[in-house]
Amino acid sequence: MQRIGVFVCHCGTNIAATVDVRAVAEALQHEPGVVISTEYQYMCSEAGQNLIKDAIRDHALTGIVICSCSPRMHEATFRKTAAAAGLNPYMVEIANIREQVSWIHKDIPAATEKAIVLGRAAIAKVHLNAPLKAGESPVVKRALVIGGGIAGIQTALDIADAGFEVDIVEKEPTIGGKMTQLDKTFPTLDCAACILTPKMVDCAQHEKINIYSYSEVSEVKGFVGNFRVTIKKKARYVDELKCTGCGLCTEKCPQKKVPNAFNLGLDNRRAVYIPFAQAVPKVATIDADYCTMLKTGKCGVCAKVCTAGAIDYQQKDTFVEREYGAIVVATGFNPIKLDAYEEYAYSQSKDVITSLELERLMNAAGPNGGTLLRPSDKTHPHTIVFVQCVGSRCDDSKGKSYCSKICCMYTAKHAMLIREKYPDTEVYVFYIDVRTPGKNFDEFYRRAVEEYGVHYIKGMVGKVLPEPDGTLTVRASDLLSNEQLRIKADLVVLAAAIEPDKSARPLATMLTASMDTNDFFTEAHPKLRPVESPTAGIFLSGACQGPKDIPETVSQAGAAAAKVIGLLAKDKLTCNPCVAKSDELLCNGCSSCEKVCPYGAITYVDKEFRGPNRTTLLRRVASVNEAVCQGCGACTVACPSGAMDLKGFTNSQIMAEVDAICK
Amino acid sequence: MQEIMKKKALTLLADGTVTRVLGWKRGDFVYDITPAVFETAEEVETAFVYNAFCGSNLSKYLVKESRKEGKTLVFLKPCDSYSLAQLLKEHRVNREKVYVVGIECYGKADVEKIRDKKGASIIRSVREENGMLSVRGLVDADASIPLYEVLLEKCESCKSKKHPIYDELLGDEGEVVEDCNRFDLVARLEAMTPDERYEFWRGELSRCIRCNACRNVCPACTCEKCIFDNDVSGVAQKAAADSFEENMFHIIRAFHVVGRCTDCGECSRVCPQHIPLHLLNRKFIKDINELYGEYQAGADPDTRPPLVNYTLSDAEPSIVHTRGGKDNG
Amino acid sequence: MQVNTEFRPKIVAFCCNWCSYAGADLAGTNRLQYPADVKIIRVPCSCRVNPLFILRAFQRGADGVILCGCHPGDCHYTTGNYYARRRMTLLFSMLDFLGIEKERTRVEWVSAAEGAKFAATMNEFVETVTKLGENKRLEDLRCKKS
Repeated sequence: MQRIGVFVCHCGTNIAATVDVRAVAEALQHEPGVVISTEYQYMCSEAGQNLIKDAIRDHALTGIVICSCSPRMHEATFRKTAAAAGLNPYMVEIANIREQVSWIHKDIPAATEKAIVLGRAAIAKVHLNAPLKAGESPVVKRALVIGGGIAGIQTALDIADAGFEVDIVEKEPTIGGKMTQLDKTFPTLDCAACILTPKMVDCAQHEKINIYSYSEVSEVKGFVGNFRVTIKKKARYVDELKCTGCGLCTEKCPQKKVPNAFNLGLDNRRAVYIPFAQAVPKVATIDADYCTMLKTGKCGVCAKVCTAGAIDYQQKDTFVEREYGAIVVATGFNPIKLDAYEEYAYSQSKDVITSLELERLMNAAGPNGGTLLRPSDKTHPHTIVFVQCVGSRCDDSKGKSYCSKICCMYTAKHAMLIREKYPDTEVYVFYIDVRTPGKNFDEFYRRAVEEYGVHYIKGMVGKVLPEPDGTLTVRASDLLSNEQLRIKADLVVLAAAIEPDKSARPLATMLTASMDTNDFFTEAHPKLRPVESPTAGIFLSGACQGPKDIPETVSQAGAAAAKVIGLLAKDKLTCNPCVAKSDELLCNGCSSCEKVCPYGAITYVDKEFRGPNRTTLLRRVASVNEAVCQGCGACTVACPSGAMDLKGFTNSQIMAEVDAICK
Repeated sequence: MQEIMKKKALTLLADGTVTRVLGWKRGDFVYDITPAVFETAEEVETAFVYNAFCGSNLSKYLVKESRKEGKTLVFLKPCDSYSLAQLLKEHRVNREKVYVVGIECYGKADVEKIRDKKGASIIRSVREENGMLSVRGLVDADASIPLYEVLLEKCESCKSKKHPIYDELLGDEGEVVEDCNRFDLVARLEAMTPDERYEFWRGELSRCIRCNACRNVCPACTCEKCIFDNDVSGVAQKAAADSFEENMFHIIRAFHVVGRCTDCGECSRVCPQHIPLHLLNRKFIKDINELYGEYQAGADPDTRPPLVNYTLSDAEPSIVHTRGGKDNG
Repeated sequence: MQVNTEFRPKIVAFCCNWCSYAGADLAGTNRLQYPADVKIIRVPCSCRVNPLFILRAFQRGADGVILCGCHPGDCHYTTGNYYARRRMTLLFSMLDFLGIEKERTRVEWVSAAEGAKFAATMNEFVETVTKLGENKRLEDLRCKKS
């Protein structure tokens, strides 16, 4: 029989105003096993905790019940209290009489009665509690960063600077991500490449950072501190170690008609390519979809010109398995496809472009060498119309319900840059709202309007019509003046909504990390744990968690790195002791539990048991890896024989609670 | 058939392929057949029987028998072999220790139905020939009854005459019965009002004496220790403490075999109180088929049973509230 | 003396620790009222709830049992509520098949942010069960026809 202490908290008046705390303590005093039942103003205060500690010692308590606020609030506190007084921390149960009683009921007798029932249920449970000891698991002191954009780069650099090894897995041939495609960045208008490429180089040169470019994560096993990740290194048909990045092959390759993905298809590249001059690693890659040699076996020009002998047409995808203590997701974003927005004539006219395409058109390393020319006839556009919120803040059926957050600012940037460089160009911006929260953001936007004379029009564009003369008629409404407008434009720029990269969803499944309906990764807590996934050991960096601009991405990347460092700095992790346990004598070995376990924590072993008449029987029984089990309990219900139980939430404990409540 | 089977058993025993034979033997009466293990040729010669009353499913006994030294020969009717296939899927039977001889089957007889046909009298002998049963009573005249008129319930609604598993087949291999009527009664009950259903089940379940025959015969109920027998499970029941316990037992038992019950019908066959327990299992099977796609336990070794599987777009439990069915009054 | 004979149902609510229990806490924090008849049992995940617990509650005199978990897709353990969803669907269907009032059992997905939904669900459920009155059927199924 347990010796149980009951401690009823007033929580000032939070509980005491609606629950007769004295009556609760009194009533629970008479429950079986209760040797002391008392109340106090603030149990969580130092004095309150001392009261509990003293009672544990004075009454040789074997279990305690705290009637207080939600266990989500102070369970950890009271477990520490118990431990400090020499009681196993898992001999503590909380009856939630604040959130579930005093705060939601007004009638004192009814609230008091309910508080007593909840107290009884907790006492019934604690009778069946057993001391639990948390296991420990070692921490592999290496981190994996998935995605090598600015988010992944920053996270990797910060972790590496703290002295831990980091691997970056990037699916493209080079790290750098979307930021490499940008021309200038708001609100300072410094060139993206100038601030990004040094960081890329830092990554490449950092002795603690290892880059797996042109690679993907193909399998994730294990758990916090001990992930085992299989990385697929896609065949690039070039030996990374031999290639010097001289670029000769990319000049000699006879296959010239390959749409250049880096310039969003606005110009062409060769079948063997280096995405851009500052690529990291600066290694050529052969595009298997276009390479004549790989497709027909006839060509081999690149191999001939390569003095380093780096070309290898026989290369195959290879797989490496590495161990990590922590994983950072930095898979980033993409602009949405604009198929559903035919009214803007994106597919009908070359002169209707996305904002990212505009970035390339204006970039000195872009298809026009930095001169803004219309894609259709390479002439200088005199009237440019920007359309905001294309696919953002709209009906779920058509686009994204969320705000893409970065479009207002980059459009102001584009408008300003164009007006600065080409003062003869008229720029119109159609917007729903202009959203400019952020340091120096609103000032930036106002400069666009006030100093650069950009025409901001509140209203939506209804239709863009390509005209026979090559111009575009933009039909729109001005909501402030309540007028219908027709603008003859040379170029229309659409601020396409951004969405998580398509690789994120399968990755989330591999990581067992949760996502929201838009495929953004969910954070463990929206306010208090914004860079952690609810899955232990998985951290979030950048736009994979939600739309973000560069400053925000970088600060989140640093925050994620700090969390990873905090984890990797530990030698051992304490496991949750409330894990599944299989009673081998009852286990049928049927594998039902194994099938429902989301963590692969259950394996089967053949074990010898004593049979009748001094015989031994070999039986297949389940065995739980306590370090892997997260304690969901799915297996306990899948098990028909009741062999599988969950420590801390055992069948008999839960049924005891049921019984106490229904009494 | 009996002689062919005997011969097969004797051959396999003689050449050492198997060390024992799992079959049926006669009890006190011709219709009183029990499963039995034969270890010698002599035992097979004298006691092995196979006749119209060999309805019992032998697969469950393999859990124990396959743990013994040597191989066990087992004769399985098509429905029985589904049970074995399911047991193999759950690693309950060691396949290497079993030699399965599948036997063709056109249904087994229910002695109660013969009694009803013939009028209440003692049955001395029954002979089966070409689908006809010649029944000899103690005093009254002999009668000839077609087998199909006195089939066991499980045979009336036979789902398959095909063996999902065997090493050797005696007789012809049949087909899965596509249009079996096994869900008709479940559907009729579903169409009733809840009050009517409640009355029906109260009438049926009130007869339960908790003899545990249904559980003990069930080839899915092979737990090392049943939770209802386990003192520490919190639901152990020596004797029912209150009226609820039988209900709980039957609901939980049916739930524990969801996706594992092959619908072999043994539970109802052995119930001394004639409670149609198979309807509980069939209700679950019907729900699974309708909600999660057709699923036959034991038919396929690789499919995931419905309760350890899911799809993102599974029906919500509220479907129980919204789908058809009459309201009271 | 006037005796208050108004029927108050006994309701057991199983709430998963990560979403629904937090949702219930939020209902508390926001002072959203629901009847004291509802008593919550905390479980790590909706998939921890064994049909046995639900029947046990009815056996011991509960008039209604509700299971709350994370929304499908949001399970802290990724897949727990998907299994719970199938188990409960089949169990509830079986209870209905036996003629037990189907309104006595319910599953509701309540996120940690849905304090209001939690309170509204409980109010609604208590109202429904109160209308049904005492749970006799499940207890009496075996009793001889009177």
